Amino acid sequence: MHIIEDGNVAAAMGVKLAGAQVIAAYPITPQTPLTEKLSEFVESGELRAQYIPVESEHSALAACIAAGSAGARAFTATSANGLLYMHEQIQWAAGARLPIVMCVVNRAVGAPWCIWNDHQDSISQRDTGWIQMYACDHQQIIDGVLKAFALAEAVSIPVMVCYDGYLLSHTYMPFEVPEEEKVARFLPPFEPSYALDPESPANLNTVTLPDVRMDVTGEMAHGYMEIRYLLQEDLRAALEVAQEIEDRFKEVFGRGGDALLEPYRCDDAEHIVVGLGSLTYQLRDVVEILRNEGHRVGVLGVRLYRPFPDEALAAALQHAAGVIVIEKAVSYGYEGALCSDLKAALLAHRTDGGRPPAVKGMIAGIGGRDIRTADLTDALRAHITGTPVEGPGWIGLKLYDSFQDEAPPQGTSRASARGRGRERE
Amino acid sequence: MGTRGYRYKTSHSLAGPGDGGKTGSWRVQRPVIDLERCTPARRKAEACFICWLYCPDCVISRSIPPTIDYEYCKGCAICAEECPTKAITMVDEAGRQEDDEQTCSLEGSRPCT
Amino acid sequence: MSAKTTILTLPREELVYPGNRACAGCGLSIAYRIGLKALGPDTILVVPPSCLTVLQGLFPVASTKLPCLNVTFASTAAAATGLLGALKMRGRQHTKVVGWAGDGGTADIGIQALSGAAEREEDFLFMCYDNEGYMNTGVQRSGTTPQGAVTTNTPFKGKQQKKKDVPAIMAAHGIDYVATASAAYPLDLYDKIRKALSLSGTKYIHIHTPCPPGWGFEPRYSIKVGRLAVETGYFDLYEIEQGMLRLTGASEKLVEKRELVPVGDYLRSQSRFRLLSDEQIAEIQAQVDTKWSGYYRAAGQAAAE
Repeated sequence: MHIIEDGNVAAAMGVKLAGAQVIAAYPITPQTPLTEKLSEFVESGELRAQYIPVESEHSALAACIAAGSAGARAFTATSANGLLYMHEQIQWAAGARLPIVMCVVNRAVGAPWCIWNDHQDSISQRDTGWIQMYACDHQQIIDGVLKAFALAEAVSIPVMVCYDGYLLSHTYMPFEVPEEEKVARFLPPFEPSYALDPESPANLNTVTLPDVRMDVTGEMAHGYMEIRYLLQEDLRAALEVAQEIEDRFKEVFGRGGDALLEPYRCDDAEHIVVGLGSLTYQLRDVVEILRNEGHRVGVLGVRLYRPFPDEALAAALQHAAGVIVIEKAVSYGYEGALCSDLKAALLAHRTDGGRPPAVKGMIAGIGGRDIRTADLTDALRAHITGTPVEGPGWIGLKLYDSFQDEAPPQGTSRASARGRGRERE
Repeated sequence: MGTRGYRYKTSHSLAGPGDGGKTGSWRVQRPVIDLERCTPARRKAEACFICWLYCPDCVISRSIPPTIDYEYCKGCAICAEECPTKAITMVDEAGRQEDDEQTCSLEGSRPCT
Repeated sequence: MSAKTTILTLPREELVYPGNRACAGCGLSIAYRIGLKALGPDTILVVPPSCLTVLQGLFPVASTKLPCLNVTFASTAAAATGLLGALKMRGRQHTKVVGWAGDGGTADIGIQALSGAAEREEDFLFMCYDNEGYMNTGVQRSGTTPQGAVTTNTPFKGKQQKKKDVPAIMAAHGIDYVATASAAYPLDLYDKIRKALSLSGTKYIHIHTPCPPGWGFEPRYSIKVGRLAVETGYFDLYEIEQGMLRLTGASEKLVEKRELVPVGDYLRSQSRFRLLSDEQIAEIQAQVDTKWSGYYRAAGQAAAE
């Protein structure tokens, strides 16, 4: 069935189709309509689930962790500071190997308060041991939720389905709703590896020692380090599992293809722009403009950011002369995290000892700053034509000299002093 | 996923005695029951069992007479303090031979150290 | 309510293993051991960081035979909620969900989640064992540390502020059952847990739990110290149902006897109160007396009605 709805509804429909059994969430813009929709599904009986209106995001994930530990398919969703408030539980869910799925409706984090879109929230949770998928449109959101549950349950690792606040969450787009009978084939009911049960009691997430130790049956059990190593091993293996699941999804639904990357006109591209989320679809327009001007440019969307598809990325970029990474998040004190990750991947996987392509990092859309196609085009054109570009590489930045730097002349008001500020774009 | 079971990827503990080792080694003094004074021993009937009730470590059996599991008894002396007939006295461990003839009344799996 | 449990009718089965890491004479160990007898085997525990985490064992050995989910410090009641949801979805509503936290995990960092769960009327039992401080981290003050107690972060003056009244906070949520208990009165604790389990909605039991190293007394006196707290009228055993507080057990008997042991006997039994002057103890005595004249008045009114 083809429908037109907003991104949050697409996510909620995905969660309903996936048959989530326990849903716990706390309101935060721009996630709220998603969980409102889920509460409608549950109250109307369309979805047989427990909807827990918890008193905080920390509790939302706590409830999901406990539900997952007791063998239920669990879902939550949040944004921005809500995600940050969960941080402790995010790490816990991964360490406890629970296949929870969470939608992160990407939004800037405070301070200062800012409700608009960027990726600082989810990128700041990069190192927590979760799988991170980034959706570019509503189809990828609804399909992504289903794939996320399949992947999470296959590898016993939680998955974030990230999509841009407002740009996707609150905009209407047509998308195909997966058919229930096909979903049943693709995603059978959750069969937990272990569920808390008085008939086979176990004590989960107990204090774990630095070294290995014998258990009550005389077998050696792992220490903390082994448990954490296995999380890393399984996360790396999840790159392959994600592709297997993508292939299975395509078999059942006839959509999809590459779980890790989404290239657009990259085959002959001299310069390839890399990014996450809906920005990479906007960049397709920029590619068309620049190609019309004679520049061989392509765009490569990273659909799975963690585990990092380093080999696939290096292979996709091996023939490019230059790579430009445009990100909506900063690893403050250095550069965009994706840019750093990408450079490391190119260095690690360079072919024949050759030089990896030159990489330029750019930042855009912080705090929902409008990313104008013209600005993107100008920035990319300047870079690939070797035109020296002034400034720090933040597209659309409008810095003004502080009026406090210069003492206003006698009799001038502060307002007029501000008016003299120089735009340093 | 992989060859390793889920249990090996998580902190999944199974129950058994002696998580803290043979905690009997913590003792400075050991409780010794004087069966002449102990109510259930004297009456040869179920009675009193205050030592069993208050023992924090479940090392005193609810039996006639009650017995103490010295392998795990930490020697807190609550039993001696609370015994209404003063049947339990604390005796210095120093110089004593290891003597664990009174053993764990709980069935349990293999202890761990 | 069925007949009171006696030592002879208390279940024999032990759900805690010996050889665990609790300190000698630990009040929590007594409350926990008897408490698990009351909960029975068809129970899932939710436990945040606390002395209980240590008592329960280090991976891969557990000292309790009940299934248990260890959770982050602030999230006991929220995790209990998630557990209830999962059990409902899996058709296992018969399994009881019990949060068991220390005073820090209840009164301080855990109170938001606890308040949220109580407001949502989640059907579970929350047990707070109150050893009046962060004992597992080395005796720091908590919201329930009593006034005057020396802790490792109130080292020279003792805690200046009053103890937070968590049972009253829980009662203010309008939940069906709030009770206090003491590790020194294990049978009373047992009966209160049994009663709580017979009721639906959120239930809260607050257990006064003597701690030999944290309070500064010999392990052998754990029961005596706990009992003194009650006999002096310093810590009271009661139940709150339908908003009505009713003294129970040993505290109820004190109303009949009208003979409180001087509170100084309790305070002087522990080195944590060593800084209290006689004047300060007299002040505390006055507070206790005021509280108890209220109890006496209420008892008189009840008798008159």
